[in-house]
Amino acid sequence: MSMTDTRLCEMTIHELRDLLKAKQVSAVEIARSFIDRIEAVESRIKAFVTVTPELALEQAAIVDESIERGDDIGPLAGIPVAIKDNMCTRGTLTTCSSKILYNFKPIYDATVVDKLVRAGAVTIGKTNLDEFAMGSSTENSGFFVTHNPWNLDTVPGGSSGGSAAAVAADECAFALGSDTGGSIRQPASFCGVVGMKPTYGRVSRYGLVAFASSLDQIGPLTKDVTDCAIVMNAICGKDPLDSTSLDVPVPDFMKALVSDVRNLKIGVPKEFFGHGTDPEVESAVRAAIDLLVSLGAEAKEISMPSVDYGLPVYYIIAPAECSSNLARYDGVRYGHRTGTSTSPIFAKGGVSSNLPLTKGGVGGVVSLYQKTREEGFGPEVKQRIMIGTYALSAGYYDAYYLKAQKVRTLLRRDFEKAFEEFDVLITPTSPTVAFAIGERVDDPFAMKLADICTIPANLAGIPGISIPCGFKDGLPIGLQIMAKGLNEETLIRVAYTYEQHSGHHKEKPGI
Amino acid sequence: MKLTREDIESVAYLSRLELSEEEKDTLTGHINRLLENFEKLQELDTSEVEPTSHVVPVFNVFRKDEPRPSLPVEEVISNGPQVEDNCFVVPRVVET
Repeated sequence: MSMTDTRLCEMTIHELRDLLKAKQVSAVEIARSFIDRIEAVESRIKAFVTVTPELALEQAAIVDESIERGDDIGPLAGIPVAIKDNMCTRGTLTTCSSKILYNFKPIYDATVVDKLVRAGAVTIGKTNLDEFAMGSSTENSGFFVTHNPWNLDTVPGGSSGGSAAAVAADECAFALGSDTGGSIRQPASFCGVVGMKPTYGRVSRYGLVAFASSLDQIGPLTKDVTDCAIVMNAICGKDPLDSTSLDVPVPDFMKALVSDVRNLKIGVPKEFFGHGTDPEVESAVRAAIDLLVSLGAEAKEISMPSVDYGLPVYYIIAPAECSSNLARYDGVRYGHRTGTSTSPIFAKGGVSSNLPLTKGGVGGVVSLYQKTREEGFGPEVKQRIMIGTYALSAGYYDAYYLKAQKVRTLLRRDFEKAFEEFDVLITPTSPTVAFAIGERVDDPFAMKLADICTIPANLAGIPGISIPCGFKDGLPIGLQIMAKGLNEETLIRVAYTYEQHSGHHKEKPGI
Repeated sequence: MKLTREDIESVAYLSRLELSEEEKDTLTGHINRLLENFEKLQELDTSEVEPTSHVVPVFNVFRKDEPRPSLPVEEVISNGPQVEDNCFVVPRVVET
């Protein structure tokens, strides 16, 4: 395909890399194509909190100079990336889509950002999310709602909804997201892109704003599985700055791009097909499994009873950890502080005339915290802090937090048992396709059901990938594949095989 | 177990949130509904089960105690809403 047939912004990382290596295009031309695309569609999608065109063009020019000198460039050099706005970018706003961090400019790069920039990737902007990554539709953003490129009246999923929408709408070549209970895979599913949550500890979280530390993991959102492997090669590995990152060898994920599933053992856990699974989603997922079976894999129904407890376990553990992690927002070192923020976003009572500084004693400092946090956090974040604080409080710890941790062990055991027999587990990524904006905001339980199939992998710490496997009424359906810890290569091989025989990843929204 | 409005007020204090009256009402309802859902966990016998706090067996991670450059103070305080003399300004805590 010549570059005149397809706009640069529509291409995958590997297509752009080939053009760059052949000197058919420059990195600056690539960056401009994406900047033009953002200008054309962003007012309808609203994927970005911050767009950084000048920085992107500067970085692209450096890559071009390097190519000019004859340097051997890596696969990400000159490739535009969008970064979820909960990862620190030196000198560029990092808001977590929260009013409490509306003006926060980090003084260092997250390790993942540093790795990508060193690899020559071009950072084009920061993407919208549910505030502090708490939500399933990006409707909890403290700033605005992101729209699904396949149907602007529907949500892009969440919490990495901005990243998924930006990839689907060709506003970036790929994006980074974070996944605590499905926040990469579920929006990837809703937006028809590839989203990988690596094994817990595979990717450094230094510079990722912490939500639930025993669950959070960073991963890529890409246009195809090959690109997923390219980005995984760039971001994985032990980091001395993150003591939870795993000190294990990182394989070359490109070597897993093999179209072969002969003798692969697929487990199909029936618990992932309950809970109001849309029949069309179920039939698309089963058709995908049948396709893999026709290529030589074996599939078998299994039962994992503990999966039915995933949601309550998650909604105790994640808020408990968040209530502790979010204690740092106190109006002292960064972000909003009551009485001092002049931004119009605080018009509703944000600028209190009663400066707490005037009050002496402990009451003064507590009042500073209380007012700052009350004004800075949105309703979902407050609710989770409250639940977490309650679940950890004296007298209730055993009944909630400890109990949830024990059930988490049962869930891990169910996965361990399943992986004794099977190489992968295949399920829907979410029980439905993207829902309408506003449809579930008043029903927090319905909202949380969107993550029911993705939460178990976080609780067990195992890797999972979502790839497109069909459509319902013009909206993408996601297929989730899970494997044993550190077996991302198996996920990539199975996903690649499916992709080579299906072609859903080539479909584009008509925006 | 059902949370009363007073419980919500005391949890809000622990959480350092100055909730509005309206928020207290909404949260009392929402949190009680979630707690009902959590009751499902009591169906499971976990008396012989160890809790999982972390999925990978990482315990203490040590590094050599060697000095290395720290971030410049001017940058560290650059995000402070109120700073003075390279310090963050906070309300006076000690009573005079």
